[in-house]
Amino acid sequence: MKNLSDIRPDETVIVIKVSGESSTMRRIMEMGITKGTAVTVKKIAPLGDPIEVTVRGYELTLRKSEASQVLVH
Amino acid sequence: MKRTIALVGNPNSGKTSIFNELTGSTQYVGNWPGVTIEKKEGTLRKNKHIKLVDLPGVYSLSPYSPEEIVTRDYLVSKEVDLIVNIVDGTNLERNLYLTSQLMETGTPVIIALNMIDAVKRSGASIDSDKLSLLLGMPVIETSAVKGTGLENLVNTIADEHVTASKQFEYSPEVESALSGITALLPDAIAQHARRWHAIKLFERDQNVLIRMQLSDEVKNKIEHIIATTEASLDDTSEGIITNDRYFAISNIVSQCSIQAKIQGKLTSSDKIDKVVTNRWIAIPIFFVVMWGIYYIAIQGIGELTIGWMEWLFADFIGANIRLLLESAGTSAWLTNLVVEGLIGGVGSVLSFVPQMMILFFFLSLMEDSGYMARVAFIMDRVFRKFGLSGKSFIPMLIGTGCSVPAIMASRTIENLRDRRMTVMLVPFIPCGAKLPVFALLTASFFSGSAWVASSMYLIGIIMVIISGIVLKRTKAFAGESAPFVMELPSYHMPRIKQVAIHMWERSKMFIKKAGTIIALASVLIWIAQSIDWTFASADPSQSILASVGKILAPLFVPLGFGTWQATVAIITGLMAKETVVSTLQIVLGTNGADIIGLHDVFSPLSAYAFMIFILLAAPCIAAIGATYNEMKSKRWTFAAVLFQTSVAYIMALFVFQFGSLLIR
Repeated sequence: MKNLSDIRPDETVIVIKVSGESSTMRRIMEMGITKGTAVTVKKIAPLGDPIEVTVRGYELTLRKSEASQVLVH
Repeated sequence: MKRTIALVGNPNSGKTSIFNELTGSTQYVGNWPGVTIEKKEGTLRKNKHIKLVDLPGVYSLSPYSPEEIVTRDYLVSKEVDLIVNIVDGTNLERNLYLTSQLMETGTPVIIALNMIDAVKRSGASIDSDKLSLLLGMPVIETSAVKGTGLENLVNTIADEHVTASKQFEYSPEVESALSGITALLPDAIAQHARRWHAIKLFERDQNVLIRMQLSDEVKNKIEHIIATTEASLDDTSEGIITNDRYFAISNIVSQCSIQAKIQGKLTSSDKIDKVVTNRWIAIPIFFVVMWGIYYIAIQGIGELTIGWMEWLFADFIGANIRLLLESAGTSAWLTNLVVEGLIGGVGSVLSFVPQMMILFFFLSLMEDSGYMARVAFIMDRVFRKFGLSGKSFIPMLIGTGCSVPAIMASRTIENLRDRRMTVMLVPFIPCGAKLPVFALLTASFFSGSAWVASSMYLIGIIMVIISGIVLKRTKAFAGESAPFVMELPSYHMPRIKQVAIHMWERSKMFIKKAGTIIALASVLIWIAQSIDWTFASADPSQSILASVGKILAPLFVPLGFGTWQATVAIITGLMAKETVVSTLQIVLGTNGADIIGLHDVFSPLSAYAFMIFILLAAPCIAAIGATYNEMKSKRWTFAAVLFQTSVAYIMALFVFQFGSLLIR
């Protein structure tokens, strides 16, 4: 098991669990990163953070600090 | 009977275009009570008995941002007879998430499946009849850009037989928890709203919980139900229900849509993106783009149009009105008041309008094409260092033109704390109106050296950063750092109509301010500098304005510019920053283009301290007004102005005192 923040660009993973109870983590789930969803990491911003992912057919950006709370395999 | 229809949809779903098409020119734009969120209303073009309300673009109905709270409260307020949910067909799953929450409210919903042309072009397809069947609500295919399907949409809206849609069935665990909670609800809650309240209580929604005023016994029972469900599914209640909603949606989407599967082939959006967010050249590209925009807007066309506008107001309108008034036998004093005070004052502000419109044109172009979102993506890392997010960068960028639209642009920031901080810090960025002040003093004291003006940008940016770090440590701004979860919309060719509307809406408000507050302030200041306390006409140095300046001047002695002339310039600068220049001209007297007494009032060091003070102190009235509009609180507005002025005072003091030591 890994975190979404460890995934390299162009790799596709499946979400196992979204942890944390902050409103930001809740927003991340509402934007479509939920259990069982396929997420592709598209790229990492030029300064190393945030990351861009493709989820449910659109592009979403989130920071590594939040991505690290998304368990994937 | 008048019916009320609410338009709801995700940001970028084309909601505003559909609203404009449906209502034509019958719109009314106001604010939601108590918040700074725009409320747009209109009546249906073909049926004046149907009122349309355009709600803010939101991703969900959770109380995450002020926009979502407004939308949600309005939708459950019984005022709405029907919800028209604009769904972006190219992004079906995520858009249907909001739909699932709309269905829960118990209000009838119809779907406008928008951008259907783009769906077909991409090679995908959506069976809208099947979607309608599965969701249990009418689904109308539309394309706001092409204007198709709108008539069909209007007919469906006018049909009064649309009933509340069916509800998704969630997992057995959730359904049993919901029926347990529903049984505990007070009888006062209407039948159609019971499920919504049960779901909100299950999500532990504090807004709803407080409003319902349940007894402690009921609260404990509900909490027990939630905790049991959470334990059996090993997740938070919010997580459980979000998963369930998406599960139901994926199920429906897989039954009625065929995704375009083009493996390995890059769309043109991807190709553009590969270049502009490239690891190595993204930041250089961004600076080149910005430099280009400023070169064209401020240097190129800007210089030209400022000349024209000055000619228009001074030599054409001003001169002709003077002739007209003189031939009508108006007293010299009144003539001067109208020509120099009113037309001169308003003109000096309006002369920036063309330049600003060009700037806004480019900024709107960046926004509409999708590039602006990438800029926030690229710059987020820098901004989070001092507690803000990449989203704050956009207002700062607009602030280099004018703080007023920049402060308004802070609305895209969901988090209220970040929004407030951005509004407070944007005026530190040197706006277009401060440039003439820097130009005047740099030419006079530093032989026009370019580093002096550049240093103002640098000081402005540094003050934004330091203030961000310091404010983050205060109670009002403490807490987790600004979140950054943002959709990156696909690039597309900017629609000229959209860009033009955007540009005009931003400029309009600037012009409106010039015609109202600035006109009034110009007249008052002109009167104050032309009469003394006996109301007899007087030399500027004996005027009411001068005597006020003399009272306040000692405040600025430690800063090196404690003269009444400089003080008066600071006061009039509140009206509009460029009036600092015209005030110095009036009170010191001019010889051609030169201001005669400038060197009597300032030394090079105090001139520099003065520039810093002008840069950082309370912005102009228009910007303070915009601050109030966004903060919707006198206390916060006062705090912002006090903070800015204190920072300005401390910085100018520091520079002058340390500078004096060094020079000695």
